[in-house]
Amino acid sequence: MNKILNKDKNLTRILAVFLVCFVLFSITQGSSFLSVSSFQSMGKLFPEFGLLSIGMALALLTGGIDLSVVYTANFCSIMAALTIKALTPEGDAGVGAILAGILVALIVGIICGSLNGLLISAVGIPAMLATLGTQSLYNGFGVVASKGSSVTGSKPLSAFISQRVAGIPMATILFVICAAVMIFIISKTTLGYKIKMMGTNMKESAFSGFNNIKLTVLNYMMIGILSAIAGIIMLGRYSSAKADNGSSYTMQAIMIAVMGGIDPAGGKGNIQGVCVAVVIIQMVSTWLSMYQSISDFYKQIIWGALLLIVLLLNYYINKREVAKAAKK
Amino acid sequence: MNNKTKKILHSSEFYVGVIIILFGLLIQMRSGQFFTGNNLVDILRSFTIPVMFCMGELMVLISGGVDCSFPAIASLSMFVVCKYMENVTTNPLPFFLVAALIGLVFGILNGVIIGKYRFPALIVTLGTSSICWGVMQGVFQSREYPLCPALLSVGKAKLLTATNAETGLSSELPMITIFMVLLLTWFILNKTMLGRGIYAIGGDIIAAKRAGFNVFGTTVFIYAFSGMMAGIIGVFRACMLQAVHPNNLEGLEMTAIAACVLGGVSITGGKGTVLQACLGMALLTIVSNSLILLGISTHWQNVVTGIIIIAGTAATAIQNQRNAKKLAVKLTES
Repeated sequence: MNKILNKDKNLTRILAVFLVCFVLFSITQGSSFLSVSSFQSMGKLFPEFGLLSIGMALALLTGGIDLSVVYTANFCSIMAALTIKALTPEGDAGVGAILAGILVALIVGIICGSLNGLLISAVGIPAMLATLGTQSLYNGFGVVASKGSSVTGSKPLSAFISQRVAGIPMATILFVICAAVMIFIISKTTLGYKIKMMGTNMKESAFSGFNNIKLTVLNYMMIGILSAIAGIIMLGRYSSAKADNGSSYTMQAIMIAVMGGIDPAGGKGNIQGVCVAVVIIQMVSTWLSMYQSISDFYKQIIWGALLLIVLLLNYYINKREVAKAAKK
Repeated sequence: MNNKTKKILHSSEFYVGVIIILFGLLIQMRSGQFFTGNNLVDILRSFTIPVMFCMGELMVLISGGVDCSFPAIASLSMFVVCKYMENVTTNPLPFFLVAALIGLVFGILNGVIIGKYRFPALIVTLGTSSICWGVMQGVFQSREYPLCPALLSVGKAKLLTATNAETGLSSELPMITIFMVLLLTWFILNKTMLGRGIYAIGGDIIAAKRAGFNVFGTTVFIYAFSGMMAGIIGVFRACMLQAVHPNNLEGLEMTAIAACVLGGVSITGGKGTVLQACLGMALLTIVSNSLILLGISTHWQNVVTGIIIIAGTAATAIQNQRNAKKLAVKLTES
C-alpha cells in the first residue's frame, strides 16, 4: 500500500484534497450536492475548461505557456458553426454537415497549434510572446469570420453534445476519452518522455539527439486539437459561437495545471493530477454556487488565491523532500 | 561610416522609428488625414494612458519578470477611490495618494512572492490580477459610476488643443503627467544605483547577487513601483474619460507587454530603454487608431495587432539566433 502511495506523491496528495472536498461538500450541502442532477450538470460544465487545462499542462510541461488556447477554441467553434451553416441552408443540419463541421474545427485547431509550435521552436520566439501574438491573431480571425457577432444555427450539434449516454453527459465522455489518450501519450509513450525531457532542459535534449523543433510542433499541435474539441463542446453548450467566449478560462487553465502538479518551469508533472484538479475545481464551483449569497465574482478571488497558495504549498513540499533526500 | 552612425542604424529604436514614419506617410497618402493636428492629438490622447502603464511594465521586463496585474490593480484602486472618497474631500490630491497606496499594497504582494520564491512572474501576477478583479466586482460591486467633481477639474486642465478648421471638431490633451512619469522612470533606470540593480538582475540574477545588489529588495521595489503607478494612472484615466469605467482596462496588460517588446525591450531581461517602450507603444497606438483612416474594417484590428506582434518578436528572435551563430563561429576559430 505504502509503495503505491509513494509512487506518485503528487497524485496521492491531490486525490486526498479531492476526498476532503467531496466529504466537506456532502456534509454541508447534503442531498442537493449528492444528487444525480448536480453531478450531471457538473459533467456538462467541466469538459470545456478541463480540455483547455490539459492543453495548458502540455505547454507548461515543455517549459512554455500557451495564452492562445481559449481563442483557438473560439476560432475553431466559429469555423465549425460556419461550416455547418453553409452546408445546411435550410437550417436543419444532418449528420454529414455536423461531421464536416467537427472536421473543419479539428483541422483549424491543428493549423493554429502548429503555427504556435513553429513560431516557438523554428523561429525562436519565447512561448509567452508567440502565443500572445497568436492570441490576438486568432481572436481577430474569429471576429473577422463571425463579423463580430455570434454564429448560431448548430442545433443538432448541441443536441448531440448535450445528450446523455447511460446518464453520463456526452461532453464528459469526450473529456474522458481525450484525457485517457493524453495520459497514455505523456506517461507511456516515448513521445511523452521526450516532451518531458525537453521541458527539463532544452539544450540537453538537443544534444541527446531529440528533434526539439519537431517535438515542440507536435506538442502544440496536440494542444490545438484539445482546444478544437473544447471549442466543439462550447459550441454545443451555448449553441452559438463567438470570438470572445470564456475569456477567463486562460487564467483558470493555468491555475488548474499548476494545481494538478505541473511545474511551470517545465519537465515535472503528469496529466492524471491535472484531471483530478479539473474535477475538484468544478466541485468547488458548483458547491459555491449553491450558496445564493456568494456572487460569481467571489470565485475569481478564490481562484487567484488558490493559485498562489498551491504554488507556495508545492514549493515547501519540494523543499522538504529535497532536505529529506539530502539527509539520506 | 563612423561607429556612432553605425550604432544608430543597427538599433531597434531606429527601425521602429522608420516603420512609424512610413506608416504615417502611408496613412497620409491614403486619407490625407494623418498629419492633421486633430489626428495627432487624438493619437497622443489614446497613447497617454498605455504608455504610462508601459513604464511600470518596462521596469519589470528589464528585471526579467512580467507583470499582468496592473490593469486589475488600476481598475480596483480607481473604483474604490472614486466611489468611497467622493464626499470626503474636494482636493484631488488625496484621491491619488490613496489609489497609490492601494496599488502599492498589491504591488508589494507581487514583489514579495516573486522575490522570495522566484515563481514565474506571469503566473503569480495572473493570480493577483484575478484576486483584484474579484475584489472589485464581488466585494465592491463595481459598475459604471459618475466621476466626482473634485476630479472632474483635473481632467479638464488642458495641455494641447487642436481644432479642425473645417469640421470644428476639437481634440485635447489634458495631461502633463505623462512627461513626469517618463522622466521619473528614465531617472530611476539610468541615474540611480537601484536602476543599475534592475538591469543587473535582468542580465544574470546570480551575478547580480554576487556583485552585492539586494536582489530581493530590488524585486519588491520593481513590482511595488508598477503597482503604485497603476493606482495613480487608474485615477488619471478616470479623469481623462470623465467617468469611472471599471472594466475597460482589461487586456491592456498584453498591449503593454507587446509594445515594450516591439520597441526592443528584451523579454528575457537585462535590456530595454524608456525610448524603446515609447516607440513600441506609439506604433501599436497608431496602428489601432488608423485602421479606419486606411479604410480597413475595425474587425481586422486584432488580426493586424497579432501580425505586428508576431513579426516584431520574430525579427528580434531571428536576429538573436544569428548573433548566437556568429559568436559560436568566433569561438571555434580562436
